[in-house]
Amino acid sequence: MKYSAFSIFREGLSGNRGWKPAWREPDPKAHYDVIIVGGGGHGLATAYYLAKNHGITNVAVLEKGYLGSGNVGRNTTIVRANYLLEGNEPFYAHSLRLWEGLEQELNFNAMMSQRGVINLYHSDGQRDAFARRGNAMRLAGEDAELLDREQVRALVPFLDFDNARFPVQGGLMQRRGGTARHDGVAWGYARGADSRGVDLIQNCEVTGIRREGGRVTGVETTRGFIGCNRLGLAAAGNSGQVAEMAGMRLPIESQVLQAFVSEGLKPFIDQVVTFGAALFYLSQSDKGGLVFGGSLDMYNSYAQRGNLATVESVMEAACAMVPSISRVKVLRAWGGVMDMSMDGSPIIDRTPLDNLYLNCGWCYGGFKATPASGWCFAHLLATGESHELACALRLDRFTRGYQIDETGHGAQANLH
Amino acid sequence: MASLIPCPHCGLRPKEEFSIRGDAAPVRPRPDAPFDAWDAYVHLRDNVRGVMHEHWQHVGGCRRWLVVERDTFTHAVHAVTDAADFTRAQGAPTGGGGASAASGTRTGKGRAKR
Repeated sequence: MKYSAFSIFREGLSGNRGWKPAWREPDPKAHYDVIIVGGGGHGLATAYYLAKNHGITNVAVLEKGYLGSGNVGRNTTIVRANYLLEGNEPFYAHSLRLWEGLEQELNFNAMMSQRGVINLYHSDGQRDAFARRGNAMRLAGEDAELLDREQVRALVPFLDFDNARFPVQGGLMQRRGGTARHDGVAWGYARGADSRGVDLIQNCEVTGIRREGGRVTGVETTRGFIGCNRLGLAAAGNSGQVAEMAGMRLPIESQVLQAFVSEGLKPFIDQVVTFGAALFYLSQSDKGGLVFGGSLDMYNSYAQRGNLATVESVMEAACAMVPSISRVKVLRAWGGVMDMSMDGSPIIDRTPLDNLYLNCGWCYGGFKATPASGWCFAHLLATGESHELACALRLDRFTRGYQIDETGHGAQANLH
Repeated sequence: MASLIPCPHCGLRPKEEFSIRGDAAPVRPRPDAPFDAWDAYVHLRDNVRGVMHEHWQHVGGCRRWLVVERDTFTHAVHAVTDAADFTRAQGAPTGGGGASAASGTRTGKGRAKR
């Protein structure tokens, strides 16, 4: 069923009785060409592009909860492509271009809003670093603009520009960045994949990976054994657990990241603004709530909830950047489990097992990568070769010394 | 996570006084260990879901390195031991290339009650 203004009009006149479920709820078949573990944004996007770009439709996506119940429903919805390093920036640039055409392609309202992303800087050194980053972005064909203090003031006048310790000197602006409705993205890909014949199987937890002589033959699940020719893992925070079923240890630590939303306010902040003096990012949802988050809780966790000490530090950063929101009430706080890699960059690669493929290590930047991750992982699953945009995102780069370390922190997962 | 952590030296103290370094399982290989051992030590993790041992430092108190037994799914803290005592109980060597080098502890020092 195609969604359009006309379909809304027609259904409105007929009592909205004609809407169909957006996807089927099939029982698993005994065998698939490709099984993808994880029905989040990346898993669903992978299934969609497998069907669309490569014509492989005998595909199942296995999800232990409901579709989009993990990090794709728990992030702060920011879409951007402001990376510095060669291995990353072209990948995210491609992702942003896919975002721009996503709603028309999926015939689904993902509420993509290119409202601009501003990274504030507070010192000469930070300005130089952002100028370098902006140049790297422009070399990759992305837009980047170094704003001075007055240009930032014209856009977001309510910042604490004269903060004694961290005065705002300016910001790096990516105008094509912005936000998207996170659930809408998952639902759009799910609907697109389902309509091309992919089976989306919910409440189906993978409990084991059956192997024979260096190859995967299928997965044990809570709904029985399902065979496959190729297996793709896109389990985000649980990647380590799933990989362990295949006898692998990953360069990944699962850590918890919290996010927050305030009570609804009138339109207040038009862009996504990030603080340069601490890890903090702020935007306003279409409903009016301020959506914001900070850094990790800094310890290993699978709990999808965090601790109050981190809440306090995020609120302090919020009040330091925008003093006028100090009396705004927080409505909700939640946590997601991040697959923090040892260099802060993701992994889309083959594994030591012939037909097992890995997609993980998204740290807390997985949402913006959803389209390109699906695009490149589908390419890998279909052809067995890395896509040229993801050829640096190798699993063995740690061993070989080719880390893609944006922050230069070394092999300490929670510092990226 | 519990708000109060039982430090073996200082008693019950607020969690915010402690700094969490991470998994206590990886043991620093000997300097002449094979490349694979070093690669695994630096990069690969068990990423435990459930009870794991972690190195914590009581930075706001006795500054000792501790080994905390914590559940990564429930956040419950089960036991807190001085890292040197923990290593000794494990039967591993405490000098040179043992786990204590990773935790930064030295035996026989800094044990006085504060």
